[in-house]
Amino acid sequence: MGTLASPRKKPFSWSTVAIHGLLIACIAVVAFPLYFAFAVSTQNLQQVVQQPPRLLPSVHALENYAEAWHKAHMGRMLFNSLVMAVTVAVGKIIISMLSAFAVVYFDFRGRMVCFWMIFVTLMLPVPVRLMSTYEVVGTLGWINTYQGLTVPLMASATATFLFRQFYLTIPSELAEAAQLDGAGPMRFLFQFLLPLSWANIAALFVVLFIFGWNQYLWPILITNTEAMRTVVIGLEELIPRSGTELPTWNLIMAGAMMALLPPVAIIIFMQRWFVKGLVESEK
Amino acid sequence: MPRTTTMMRSAAGVCVLLAAVTLAPAPAHAKTEIQFWHAMTGQLNDATNELVKQFNDSQSEYEVKPLNKGTYPVTLTAAIAAYRQKQAPHIVQVFEVGTQTMLLSGAVDPVYQLMKNQEIAVEWKDFIAPVVGYYSKDGNLYSMPFNSSTPILYYNKEAFQKAGLDPSKPPQTWKQVEDYSKKIIASGAAKCGFSTGWPSWTMVENMHAWHDQPFATKRNGFDGLDVQLLINKEFGVMHLSRLAAWQKDNIYSYGGRQGTADPKFVNGECAMYIQSSALIGGFTRGVKFQWGTGQLPFWGPPYTKATSIIGGATLWVMKGKPANENRGTAKFLKFLSEPNQQMWWHVTTGYLAISNTAVKNLEAGYHFKKFPDQYTAFAELTKGKATANSQGIRLGNFVQIRDVIEGEMENIFAGKKTAKQGLDDAVTKSNDILKEFAAANKQ
Amino acid sequence: MQRTVFRNRWLPYLLVFPQMAVTVLFFFWPALKSLQLSLYRVSPFGDSMTFVGLANFAKLLGDAEYYRSVLNSFVFAGGVTALSVAGSLLMAALATQKIRGLAAYRTLLLWPYGIAPAVAGIIFLFIFHPTYGLLPYFLSFVTTYEFNWLLKGWVAMTLVIVSTAWTHLGYNIAFYVAGLLAIPGAVLEAADVDGAGPLRRFAFIVFPLISPITFYLVTLNMVFAFFESFGVIDAVTKGGPGDATMIMVYKLYKDGFIGLNLGSSGAQSVILMALVIGLTMLQFKYAEKKVTYR
Repeated sequence: MGTLASPRKKPFSWSTVAIHGLLIACIAVVAFPLYFAFAVSTQNLQQVVQQPPRLLPSVHALENYAEAWHKAHMGRMLFNSLVMAVTVAVGKIIISMLSAFAVVYFDFRGRMVCFWMIFVTLMLPVPVRLMSTYEVVGTLGWINTYQGLTVPLMASATATFLFRQFYLTIPSELAEAAQLDGAGPMRFLFQFLLPLSWANIAALFVVLFIFGWNQYLWPILITNTEAMRTVVIGLEELIPRSGTELPTWNLIMAGAMMALLPPVAIIIFMQRWFVKGLVESEK
Repeated sequence: MPRTTTMMRSAAGVCVLLAAVTLAPAPAHAKTEIQFWHAMTGQLNDATNELVKQFNDSQSEYEVKPLNKGTYPVTLTAAIAAYRQKQAPHIVQVFEVGTQTMLLSGAVDPVYQLMKNQEIAVEWKDFIAPVVGYYSKDGNLYSMPFNSSTPILYYNKEAFQKAGLDPSKPPQTWKQVEDYSKKIIASGAAKCGFSTGWPSWTMVENMHAWHDQPFATKRNGFDGLDVQLLINKEFGVMHLSRLAAWQKDNIYSYGGRQGTADPKFVNGECAMYIQSSALIGGFTRGVKFQWGTGQLPFWGPPYTKATSIIGGATLWVMKGKPANENRGTAKFLKFLSEPNQQMWWHVTTGYLAISNTAVKNLEAGYHFKKFPDQYTAFAELTKGKATANSQGIRLGNFVQIRDVIEGEMENIFAGKKTAKQGLDDAVTKSNDILKEFAAANKQ
Repeated sequence: MQRTVFRNRWLPYLLVFPQMAVTVLFFFWPALKSLQLSLYRVSPFGDSMTFVGLANFAKLLGDAEYYRSVLNSFVFAGGVTALSVAGSLLMAALATQKIRGLAAYRTLLLWPYGIAPAVAGIIFLFIFHPTYGLLPYFLSFVTTYEFNWLLKGWVAMTLVIVSTAWTHLGYNIAFYVAGLLAIPGAVLEAADVDGAGPLRRFAFIVFPLISPITFYLVTLNMVFAFFESFGVIDAVTKGGPGDATMIMVYKLYKDGFIGLNLGSSGAQSVILMALVIGLTMLQFKYAEKKVTYR
């Protein structure tokens, strides 16, 4: 992996300063909304609606976060969101890997049909099939269960597609060598392909975790008890939408910060894998 | 690095295990559960939970479980989806514009029938007429009013003072609103004269009712499904033209749908505000300056005054539940309708108390003397002369119709269409929507 | 490419089974049901269903409002894609220069991707609020023009485009950074020797080399903007003012989920699906020719 950086350059140059400056400006633009949300989450209501708007954080963080946590039952919701996001991510990765492996490394009747069926799932958005998916889930008796919450979210095939692209870039010599060695397909998968796929898997995990974590419409439809709800639902509960109440923005922002911390943390930690994995799989 | 997979897999495994353990069925409860889906968020959510807790604590047979299911439309859709899967809640809160949909659904147990079957006596005659009228068919109440309100005028007393106006006298006619606004703007007491919330509800639906003008044919839709809107007649065009003209001079400042314009009043940007009476609670907590309320402004002759109409939501009982659970539902609804609960709910949230007894008790307890603003709403609903045009509006697909009307209002206020054009388009589109509804609900 | 295959009879079926099961149960069955509804007139509670043939489609195709929503969708998708892809390319290019602190910069640019669209929408709603929002406040110093997005359609559209593009920046930046870093240093040094300045170098060497990524991102962003983007619109403008920000997928959601008109919503889904499939195929045909594969 090359880099645009050459090792020994002059220690100081205007262009370097310009680049740093531009980067900081970009980060300011990109990161500002979040900084502001954080600042608001630490203010009290008078400071929130004052004119001119107050940009600096204040001291009410603890009470805001405590109240938002308590009101929205954040503890339980964070747990549910975690279960949902991890299950969706892991589940999807597993079934996609297996089916992509089958489609690339085997010749069987209906192979292309399977592939196209999987591809088509990318073409129909979620809002369209919400109500009818609910019916299917109801028929299975999965309403208000973890299965009902997670399995339908595994239905689309972005991950399979990516794995397939990746497997196509693996030189066929590897598979030949494995066959000569007497390895069966499953051994090939686990001993050869899997180690090569880590960057991809990590990248997919991040993308799918975020996808699962941020779902709102499906969870609110499918969960019927407080105990099953997820963090985004809890957040929405804090926002008065009946139009007859003044929103308590500081609490709402505190809730929003709690809702976005885990996915953002995952991105930050897995950033290296994310970048590496995505480029290799898109070839 | 196979270890990472193993780690991830075991982490997932632990999570699922934990979930299974915590969700293991609890030991059998003695209490029967009643599922109550609602759309209350923020502080109203807290108040609802508190009210439900009062019921649960007052007896040991039933436990009502309140659950926020999203906004009003999402809650309704969720209830429908659940009903079709035989997983409906016992009680669902539906907004007033969903009344026609619920009435024709065949999925509800009318409240009057529920009470009759359970042999629970309710003082139907004690309920306030405008509230009951909205939700009754053939004189029988189909859903239990829960959170009802009506629009009133709020005004900034300090701004009035600064402009040289008497802070104890809110404007009563639209001409006065115009004059006061001009004075206020001239004196710098505020940037704009007045704004509104829920544009269709306040400026179209309520204005027609208040001035005894029909909103739609067939007695505002109460008498049948082949309905057409009448808002593009002389009154509607006149009123919206005035609003559009005022918008140019900042006498009126459009602030968006629902409650988006609330900050305009709270920040002192506009000196007057027409919005739901339910905001009294929020304003009492959040507004810094002295403020008061008045009834909706009136144009005067040649129009006569009727009453305003309500907004809000009611509780509907879903069919298909066993009799013993229905008993719990009935008991809960009866609990809600009692004067004590009515008074508590009104004082806590600002929504109307729906029984005359409750209102009388509040009067006797000097509640209205201490909080005269709370009385404005009642006065609007009960002191005027109720007519066919002011009993309410019952239309199918009313959600979409409101959307259409508000969209056209925005076109009018932005100067893209004249009031006549905008209203004509709104009527054409709405009539179409009504035709669709009638066709889809052929009985 | 010559593929090596394994010779098992039943193993491949076993391997695809989990995915196929989930896909058939939770995608095809519900999707076909929804699409089937496009031929019916359905009552909200589902108790009455009348076959109406293509009436729903005819109605849509004769409705000026529907065409406006199609136009809005293109404007929205085009705006989001252009802004997000171009913006991310700029930031990625900056973040791969020869400076210190690259990892930190990159992290800071990536993380908005993790925010739920609904949450991002709430934050932007707050910042853009016409009364106490930060942005209108600052703009009021620059110009007296009232950027009232509650009444001015183009302001509202700009608002939702910017908010949606913002949420997607991180994803695009990650791809571009990876792609830029994969360009061999030798190629760039050769250009340096040739006397090409940084801008020319970028235009004639770097840009063509990362064109596969650009192609992929443009496709993905467009599909995303057509399909998944209603979170921000739902949280902020709800299609208003008038119908200025009503895009196809939001109209579909509104008519079906909120308005309970499942017939029309089904018809709209069919049209939307056909449109996106067509767009994707077009993109593959046209743009593939211009893409330089290594």
